[in-house]
Amino acid sequence: MFYVTRRYQLAASHRLHAPQLGADQNRQLYGKCNNPFGHGHNYVVEVSARGPLDPSTGRAVDTAALDALVERQVLEAFDHRNLNIEVAAFRSLVPTSENLGLEIFRRLEENWSQVFPGEWPKLEKVRIAETPRNIFEVSAKL
Amino acid sequence: MVITRRVEFSASHTCSSPALSAEENRAVYGAAANPHGHGHNYVLEVSLQGEPDPVTGMVLDLKLLKDILNREVVDPYDHRFLNYEVPPFDRVVPTSENIARDIWNRLRPHFTTGPRLHSVRLYETPDLYVDYRGE
Repeated sequence: MFYVTRRYQLAASHRLHAPQLGADQNRQLYGKCNNPFGHGHNYVVEVSARGPLDPSTGRAVDTAALDALVERQVLEAFDHRNLNIEVAAFRSLVPTSENLGLEIFRRLEENWSQVFPGEWPKLEKVRIAETPRNIFEVSAKL
Repeated sequence: MVITRRVEFSASHTCSSPALSAEENRAVYGAAANPHGHGHNYVLEVSLQGEPDPVTGMVLDLKLLKDILNREVVDPYDHRFLNYEVPPFDRVVPTSENIARDIWNRLRPHFTTGPRLHSVRLYETPDLYVDYRGE
């Protein structure tokens, strides 16, 4: 079994604000991230797929197909966007990197069979570095 | 406990399968199918799993691992055209997956006792890497 990982970057802005909480609570909880005007990050997103070697190509994952899927489902939707305003999922959900990771994983999983119609490869993991110091991982359920 | 040593080598390769036509190879491998070859600065991370020796406090002397990596991987791979100069890539397409597996096979015999070979991670570029654990 091989695990193939591709790294992508996207720049986006967001604001962390939970509508269920009051203004003071939000400020206390999210600190600077609650700034009403928002702020941005250069997110580094790693997408890992696992699969056996295809004997005819010597590869486990067609990285061009993975790139096309990520481009369509993730980069086009999130890169140079305001996540709160421009991504439907975050109109009612705080765009923390936990939720961003889950949303990216969900989008890739939902559209996976468009580019990988066979049994393999499978989506293994999404890893997001919001900054080089804050890293979030979502793995496939076994 | 897992310990990791990183080494680098630069090599050229071309990816095309003799089972496929020139057109099919271009469709599958893209620019990597250029028959004249192209190169990468590969980065290899090799991880061993074991417990620290109660006397030395080390899982394995990393100097020893460095010597094995140099002898088994860097010396044969570095500044070579893999398809022409490094078997088995005269008959196996030198994709990152196949290179990772070949490296695993070269290293595995050195770790039959003591720390276990845990994983091989091969970066073809900073944006593309393969993990292989022998399974």
